[in-house]
Order: sequence, then C-alpha cells, then structure tokens
Amino acid sequence: MRHIFAFIWKYNFIFLFLLLEVLSLILIANRSFYHRSVISNLTDGVTGNVFSAWSGVTSYFSLKRENEILSSKNARLLGMVTQNQTTADTSTYFVSDTSFAQQYKYMVAHVISNSSTHRDNYIMINKGSKHGVKADMAVINSEGIVGTVVSVSPNFSWVMSMLNKHSKVSARIKRINQMGTVVWEGGSPATGTLHDIPAHVKVLPGDTIASSGFSHIFPEGIMVGTVEEIWIEEGSHFYTINFRFSADLNSLHNVYVVTNLYREEQLELSKNVIND
Amino acid sequence: MTKLFGRDIARFFILIALQVLVIDHINFYGYANPALYILFILLLPFEIPGWILLISSFLLGFSIDSFSNSLGLHSAASVFIAFIRPWVIRLAGAPAEYEVNLKPGIGDMGLRWFFAYSLVMVVAHQFFIYTLESLRLFEIDLILLKTLIGSAITLSLLIMIEYLFMRRRN
Repeated sequence: MRHIFAFIWKYNFIFLFLLLEVLSLILIANRSFYHRSVISNLTDGVTGNVFSAWSGVTSYFSLKRENEILSSKNARLLGMVTQNQTTADTSTYFVSDTSFAQQYKYMVAHVISNSSTHRDNYIMINKGSKHGVKADMAVINSEGIVGTVVSVSPNFSWVMSMLNKHSKVSARIKRINQMGTVVWEGGSPATGTLHDIPAHVKVLPGDTIASSGFSHIFPEGIMVGTVEEIWIEEGSHFYTINFRFSADLNSLHNVYVVTNLYREEQLELSKNVIND
Repeated sequence: MTKLFGRDIARFFILIALQVLVIDHINFYGYANPALYILFILLLPFEIPGWILLISSFLLGFSIDSFSNSLGLHSAASVFIAFIRPWVIRLAGAPAEYEVNLKPGIGDMGLRWFFAYSLVMVVAHQFFIYTLESLRLFEIDLILLKTLIGSAITLSLLIMIEYLFMRRRN
C-alpha cells in the first residue's frame, strides 16, 4: 500500500493532469446532466449578473441603431393603423375567441451575451424560469429565427444559437414548399446550410427559407434566410444549399421568446403514435 | 513571494474579465477566437509547484467555460498546456538555478525567448481547443485554418500586452 502512495506521489504531476483532463472531458460529455445540477445554477447566477452589468454599459453604444430600428418599425405599424381606420369594416374582421385560440405567445427579452466565434455558440438572455421561460422554447427576433432555449436559471437563460453544431431546425423553401433541415457547418456566422431538399425539384438563388412549424417549437413561417448557392454532392439525391441567415446572429439586442401553448398536447399525441 | 502571487491572482481575474467581456466579441468572420487568457498560465513563476500550476489552470479554464457555456472545453485545453509547460520551458531554455525570481516574460527573458515559448504554447492550445470543439475529422481543414489564424492573432496580442505592461529589470 505504501508503495502505491509513494508511486502516486512521485508522479503526482501526471496523475493530477490526467484527473483534471478526465474531469473536463466528463463535463463536456455530460453537458445535460451538468445543466440540471446545483453548480450550474450557481455559475449561471454569477455569469448572468456580470453580463447584465456589462451590457448595461455597452447597450449605450448601440442606442442609435436600436432607435433607428424602432422608429422604422413604428412607422410601419402606424401605416397599418391608418390603413385599418380608412378601409376596414370592423364587423367583417370580428375574431371569435372560440374559433381562433391563441397558439403562440411572445415575450420580449434582452440579449446580455452572445458569441459567433466558437463551433458551438450560445446566447444568454435576461429572462428565466421566474418569467416563464422553459427549455425547448423558440427564440426569434424581428428579422428571423435565432435559436432554442437549452437551460434556464431563475433570472437568465442560455439559448442555443443557430450557429451551433447541435442545432437542427426543420424548414421549408417557401416557393416550392419542400421540407429540409437547417444546420450550421462552422465558418462564417452569416451563412448556414440546408440539407434534405430532393434533387428533382428546382431551387433558385434568392428563394426564401422559412420554418416549417413541424418541430412543435418554432411557429410556422418564421424567416430563416435566403438561398445563395446550390449544388449536389457526388452520389447524393439531395441538394446541399448554402443560404444567408435573415437575422444578423452576430449582432442581437432584443429577441422574442416564443411559447407554444399546445406543445404538451402535440408531444403527447406524437408519443402515442410512436408507442403504437 | 506573496507579492508575486498577489500579482498573479490579480492577473487571473483581470484576464478573465478581458477575455469574456472584450476579446470574445472580436469576430474575424467566425474564423478565430483569440485566447488572451492563457497569458496567466504563461507568466506564472518558473518555480511554481506543479499542482498549483495544474489546478489554477483548471480554475482559469473553468471560469472561461462558465461564461461562454462551453463546459470543459477551455478547462481541458488550459490543463493540457499547463501540463506541457515545464517541457516547453526546458525546450526554450530554462534560466540557470542561481537566477531566482525570474519571470517567463519579455522583461526578464527577452523577446526571442518569449516568442519561441509562447508560440509552442499558443499553437498547442488553439489546436487542442478547435479539435475538441469540432470532434469531426472531416472538418480538419477548418480546424487547421482556425488554429493558424487564432494562433497568429493570439500571439500578436500576447506580445503587444507584454510590451505594454512589462517591467524592465534594472
């Protein structure tokens, strides 16, 4: 026994190295387990507070741009209001509560940390479980799709950006109504890749890609991007399509967290089908 | 000795803040993520005990990981370069036994020594990080490209910061 201790002590540098390296690899491999643990609540609290204090400083630098976006949005909304006042006959636009139940709810959140330089990028927002945010909720902004909530603490949430190896979003090309899968293969944060569009249909540069609504997470028809390059890999029956994201994922300020009010019901239903 | 460690502890926190609040937002079209924080590992005293070197590097990496939600990634890379550090120092030429209180920075060891030493450390760190981050062999060209660009930018930043804050030996 003494010899074993003496041996470990003699090579303590190597053993400690192996121990810490294995610990790091376990952390990488058990990401989901860690997110549910107590330590992650603690670290998310610390990092969240640091980020929100810092964004309190840096948000002043983007005030001008934000102002321009807001005023252009205001102008657009004002236009819609006057249009309604002059042309709409209110009785024909009556919305019955029972036939038009709301399916998606939107909540505004502020981005307090964002990255686009890693292979797996995450965004931190200043809304958490206290505000009703849960894992697997969609996050969009006024320009398009942004990501999915992956982990939640009382006041903050981590959002898996579209710029992530693990991000897979079901989307379709609007013009021809063909379904595919949106992924990000690293490199430029401005472009993503769309797979699984069958090679017998015709895809054109400039075609619009929007969410399909089949994932129970994203509402249907949220902009994803526009097609740029199209080719077919050797021996494949599907296109590989490079497209430009409609949302600027490298400069996010305000985003909307989307709640699907029927998600539980939809999941329950699909579970029944799969079990049979 | 305590004063020396005090400077190292201060550098630990300053570098983490600089890394997560400023450097992580510099974006070279998504092809590089310079890692200034490893300056902490580079500048630890020559005579530091091995276990402090490894554990402080792990804590450094873990802090960076908590801020970028990349659990274990930076910890693994930091521990790795901490492990090869004694070997790299021997390779670059360790100072003689009687020269105490030397620091592995430009001020004490000169630019050529520091350049050789940090080049090996930075390239090892960047290659380790991008490989672990991707874990896909077919992305090897992207990994090498990112290692090249990331190392060049990190190295220039390190040398610039070292020149700005170094204290000349009288």
